[in-house]
Amino acid sequence: MTTLETHYKKIKDLHHEEAVAPGTGLCAGCGGLEGLRLGLKELGNDVLICNAAGCFTLLSVYPFTPLKGSWLYTTMGGPVPAAQGVRDALDIQLSRKTLTEDDNLSIVVVAGDGSSNDIGLGATSAALHRKLDFIYFCYDNEAYGNTGFQLSASSPYGSSTQTTPSVKFHPVGAELNKKNLFDIWRAQEPTYIATVSPREPIDLSNKFAKAKNLVGPRMFICMSPCPTGWGFNPKDTQLIAKLAVDTGIFPIKEYFEGKVIHTKQPRRRLPVEKFLETQKRFSHLFEPERKSDVIEQIQKTVDKYWEPYE
Amino acid sequence: MGIDSSKRLMLTGNKAAAWGARLAQVEYVPAFPITPQTEIVETLAKWFADGTLKGKFTNMDSEHSMFMAAGAGAATGVRVFTASSSQGILHGMESIYTIAGWRTPMVVVNVSRALATPITLEPDHNDIMSVRDCGFIQLHAETCQEIFDFILIGYKVAEDPFVCLPVLVNMDGFYLSFTREPVLIPNEQKIKKFLPEFKTSQPVFKASQPMARASAVFGGSTYTYFKIQQDLANRQAEEVFLKTSKEFEKHFGRFYDVVEKFNMEGAEFVFVMSNSFSTKGKDAVLKLRRQGIKAGLLKLRLFRPFPATAIADALCGHDNVAIIDQNLAPGMGGITYPEIVASLYDRKNRPQNILSVIGGLGGKDITEGDFLSIIEKLKSSETKQPFYLFGKKDEENFERLQHLAISNKEAFQS
Repeated sequence: MTTLETHYKKIKDLHHEEAVAPGTGLCAGCGGLEGLRLGLKELGNDVLICNAAGCFTLLSVYPFTPLKGSWLYTTMGGPVPAAQGVRDALDIQLSRKTLTEDDNLSIVVVAGDGSSNDIGLGATSAALHRKLDFIYFCYDNEAYGNTGFQLSASSPYGSSTQTTPSVKFHPVGAELNKKNLFDIWRAQEPTYIATVSPREPIDLSNKFAKAKNLVGPRMFICMSPCPTGWGFNPKDTQLIAKLAVDTGIFPIKEYFEGKVIHTKQPRRRLPVEKFLETQKRFSHLFEPERKSDVIEQIQKTVDKYWEPYE
Repeated sequence: MGIDSSKRLMLTGNKAAAWGARLAQVEYVPAFPITPQTEIVETLAKWFADGTLKGKFTNMDSEHSMFMAAGAGAATGVRVFTASSSQGILHGMESIYTIAGWRTPMVVVNVSRALATPITLEPDHNDIMSVRDCGFIQLHAETCQEIFDFILIGYKVAEDPFVCLPVLVNMDGFYLSFTREPVLIPNEQKIKKFLPEFKTSQPVFKASQPMARASAVFGGSTYTYFKIQQDLANRQAEEVFLKTSKEFEKHFGRFYDVVEKFNMEGAEFVFVMSNSFSTKGKDAVLKLRRQGIKAGLLKLRLFRPFPATAIADALCGHDNVAIIDQNLAPGMGGITYPEIVASLYDRKNRPQNILSVIGGLGGKDITEGDFLSIIEKLKSSETKQPFYLFGKKDEENFERLQHLAISNKEAFQS
């Protein structure tokens, strides 16, 4: 069922060394940070993170950094062209032998779903066209989280955000469907794309281990439960991340050598409302009265997605 | 010592810029085309492609991306060059401010072109003025030789450990970018003695040297600390420019002061100008002098940091000064006017009569007659400011355009 190279089989097998130290300015229970922590364990310390404006900008607040590698804050739409500049400059020095291979860096872009789907997408598409050698880590919390949870192109149908509240004339909340960033990337035939979940650390780590040794554009979309924006107790992050996978709402998959493979396909999908009912951003679907049509619509979309694979 | 006798080429302003970058041994050029700058990056693209230049030329997707890549490249330890103009500067504005704060040395050429709306290709200085507060150093060129020389001087200033800032070299679109002039190109070895290969004076990204750069700050105090650092570095660049300019003179025989004084001795009427139109100003000064009118010209060259003392020293003792801005801040007037006036405020013998003049917008010429009318205006007691430069022909055109608007309106209403 999967061609994923299995470097790891058990949690115990994962790297013991941390690349992100504890004590950042991020929210308790941030699912995206857990994803990045696991990913960076794989990538090691010889990385430079080009960061877009967003929640993760709070990782490095002067004069502190929790990272063992390097960091460059850019702008909301500029992390990928910055990655291009660094990659080019390193390549120039490598070819001139003014930089040794030991001093080379892997360039990692860390950006939220707002930057990845909206303001930074044009520049990203250009880098995919240029076949830039870099890794993109998108922490997807399905809204502009750092500004207080407004609609992004990644916000799902039926979710309530600050700019798409559920009101009498717009009871659904967000009326648009989530943009398909995975397929947008796929259209440009990058080296590798994977969706990952902090609740699936083995799968996530194996994917990073694989991508690490590839060349070209490589993308990780990390499902990032967001306690403050989604409205749940920070202790439930892993539970909600698990429900996102088990209901089939968030498919765990990878694209490699022209093929898409689901690496963690749920055996029996749970109904979507098991996921929806855990979060305040969907509470208007259940109170004051149940909006069955909206829940059904969400279920239909998920069913339609899985139809060819089940 | 010794004035260089190496080759003299007939070059457009754009080609002079490309030669400047080439002989500065730039290693990295992220590029994006825009009229009237495109010839610069086209020329460099060819030189990278045929191996004349070693390093990398990357076709970028926008100026926003281009400036970001340029800054990131410079932060990783290579000598970076790029060029832009007009709307490109505006589109790249966020990145321009960002990389100024990164304190990464590089040279950028701006080929001045007026800003939309209305959209046009022809020059004025609103584009370069729009980045006056971003933290870049600015050098304004009058001739193709200045463009070439300022790029070499620019790298040395940008890379000075007391500065570490990007340098913008400005030229006028069309009037200079597409005008051929003789340019002295010293031989490569001589240039290398003045400007050796790039060796960074600050830490750059590499695995053995992990660092966090451009981290977020909270609390106004830390922000203020960094902004004052930028201000001090930028101000320091005036002294570094002068020092570098003297060194340049030793190597190549040409000296550039922060401002240029032209026939200022005993001048009763002074025009303050910048860039290529200064040549027209100088020509007018010579003609006026022949007619017995004591005219002079002060050319702005180093615009950021703003050489307030040098400007005030040059203008004090002269009765009548006309500050010609080829830019317009609607609702305010000329942009350099208040900066120059402010530099004179605490001087006892400051000029009594200072006129703000707006001219040369969107490629409009400034003619001999315009300089005469400025003198007349300075002599008159009328105090209305600013003084817009337009002549009879323009008035006819304006009237025609108004008729067009009125007839359109009537057609719309009927």
